[in-house]
Amino acid sequence: MRMNGAQIIWECLVREGVDTVFGITGGKVIPLYHELPGFPIHHVTMRHEQAAAHAADGYARATGKVGVCVATSGPGATNLVTGIATAQMDSSPIVAITGQVASADLGTDAFQEVDITGITMPITKHNYLVTNVTDLAQALREAFHIARSGHPGAVLVDVTVDAQMGVTEFVYPEDVNLPGYKPHTTGNPRQIAQAAEMINAASRPIIMAGRGVVVAGAGQELTALAEKARIPVVTTLLGKSAIAESNPLYLGMGGMHGEGYTNMALQSADLIVNFGARFDDRFTSTAQTFAPRARVIHVDIDPAEIAKRIRVDMPIVGDALNVLRQLLPLVQEADRGEWMSTIDHWRQETGERSQRWEQSEELVPQHIIRSLSEITHGEAIMVSDVGQNQMWEAQYYTHNRFRGLISSGGLGTMGFGLPASIGAKMGCRDVPVWLVVGDGGIQMTIQELATIRQEGLPIKIALLNNGYLGMVRQWQELFYDKNYCGTPLLGPEFARLAEAYGIAGITVHSKDDVVPALKHAAEVDGPVLIDFRIEQEHNVFPIVPVGRAIDDMIRRPRTDEQPR
Amino acid sequence: MSLAQNHDNYSRRTLVVLMEDRPGVLSNVSNLFRRRNYNIESLTVGHSETPDISRMTVVVYASDAVLEQVSKQLYKLINVTKVIDITDDDAVIRELALIRVHAVSASRAEIKQLVDIFRAQIIDVAHDSMTIEITGTEDKVDSLIEILRPFGIKELTRTGRVAMVRGALQGASRR
Repeated sequence: MRMNGAQIIWECLVREGVDTVFGITGGKVIPLYHELPGFPIHHVTMRHEQAAAHAADGYARATGKVGVCVATSGPGATNLVTGIATAQMDSSPIVAITGQVASADLGTDAFQEVDITGITMPITKHNYLVTNVTDLAQALREAFHIARSGHPGAVLVDVTVDAQMGVTEFVYPEDVNLPGYKPHTTGNPRQIAQAAEMINAASRPIIMAGRGVVVAGAGQELTALAEKARIPVVTTLLGKSAIAESNPLYLGMGGMHGEGYTNMALQSADLIVNFGARFDDRFTSTAQTFAPRARVIHVDIDPAEIAKRIRVDMPIVGDALNVLRQLLPLVQEADRGEWMSTIDHWRQETGERSQRWEQSEELVPQHIIRSLSEITHGEAIMVSDVGQNQMWEAQYYTHNRFRGLISSGGLGTMGFGLPASIGAKMGCRDVPVWLVVGDGGIQMTIQELATIRQEGLPIKIALLNNGYLGMVRQWQELFYDKNYCGTPLLGPEFARLAEAYGIAGITVHSKDDVVPALKHAAEVDGPVLIDFRIEQEHNVFPIVPVGRAIDDMIRRPRTDEQPR
Repeated sequence: MSLAQNHDNYSRRTLVVLMEDRPGVLSNVSNLFRRRNYNIESLTVGHSETPDISRMTVVVYASDAVLEQVSKQLYKLINVTKVIDITDDDAVIRELALIRVHAVSASRAEIKQLVDIFRAQIIDVAHDSMTIEITGTEDKVDSLIEILRPFGIKELTRTGRVAMVRGALQGASRR
């Protein structure tokens, strides 16, 4: 069947199972958009291309499918860059399609020309510049394959406007032939057997679960392994929801803002079994001080992640789901009662440190997130932005839904949350989606309130408004002589702003109003923004200062201690 | 536990990298070395025996751990098909240099003598200079350059190292 390039692009997307794309049109994608109405794909018109990339990313994280964003050449393409880097850093499969100037004009600094394949080379898994319509189908087929397989990531396909308009016989390639790309998905049986022996012999083991478990859809298998061998589970920020967080074996998030008992357990462990986490510096702090007593098993689909920062005793290259299934029959049932009671002792001591905020009459974020967790039974899809709001969400929400937390971990992109929540809601229409965001981050992509309104998406926004770029303010308070340079923010009346966009706005000033406001928002059929005017100089604790071991942290002050 | 901090055990390593001959692949590879902060000493690229496959020889200054990362990161590039560490293999390693040296009639004979000792070739003679071509190990090229330096080197270009294992490529260190 003869088709033009624009039709081929949409047809390839349909065949890849795409029903939703996020984008903004422009000069060099007009031919592409001209053909869209003929295809069963819903286009979400965003207000900024960065938001389109974040929305595609949020869609991918919520559904496990490939997210797609579209932008025009030049500024449209460069606006995608932050979103592409965010997705790539967090192994989120997205395909970005950009228009490009006509192939005859390439390299002439034509109007709205930018070398987007050159720019995105270091922040994509792979990218393509397609100048001929006959190469389009193959490039798109490969792009989706590369984005979703192996260590997933971002792929960009840049298509010149003449390639969009050129006509050719459409043949959808059944296979991809990439001799240099053959991900290992199954663990080496000998290494699996040795790993099982190490697990069976360990007296103080910890399972560390990263985003790889979520990507692989291996939550049930991870939980089964942990329960069979009675091994407590620590997650990274992006590993959250890999195991239901109400499971008694779940020890919380480790690392810079990990709980005291979590980090103590890591530092005391004699074995760490890492599934799909990359031993990021925010988790390990300085590598030399991390888990000094532990032998390390590291399971990752990407060989380059193994032994990158931390010495590994048993490397296993493979998909977390396959490796867990291989390990499960080889791992023996165990009690490990002594180890669990040691951890429970630390857990109880850590819990006592929450009394200060529990008894506080102030409007503190812990109370908001904990209430939200109870009202939604830990079953909402939570999207968080970056900074204090992100850490409070991670610490106080009990994520019981698999893929139930969407957040920018690796790149730490403020402004990610609002557009990512749009993507998540588009992908999971039947699940409540809550956004937890600060007053700094929301203003980086606040224009997307218009997209929420236009699409009629019932997204609930909990804005933790403290009038500061709060995480940096906290660092200034603790480590930089309270020199609040560049951090105070004079914000708008967010509730009125939301109303101006056609979204219900509520302002909450006191602790007593938190639960009624949250319940109201949860019940209302439509988007709601709640502006919580929280304690302005409230800190995220614990915090591990830079350069220290993860159990050498500044902890939550007890009720009888002076707060820092 | 740290790997990045481990700076002992650094030496010059030679990698042979095979990749599909596609636009942007060379810049992909060189970009990778830059952004991952790898210390690259030389890089040469050209056709291989297989059509559409380019062959690159890279010399990096690295430890075992860093070299392992270099190799793994190269493999992550979709168009890279093979990475082979030939540092410890029995390999033929050669470099080519062109050296234009200041030469007036009084010094020509002496330069010719030196060139002959090195089994190099004079490939051009002008009224005040001679151009010499030398092929050999980097040490040999270095030595000739040092010997010629007193005459005045006006222009110099070196290809960097190309390498090939004697006999067939063995199985070791291939992923």
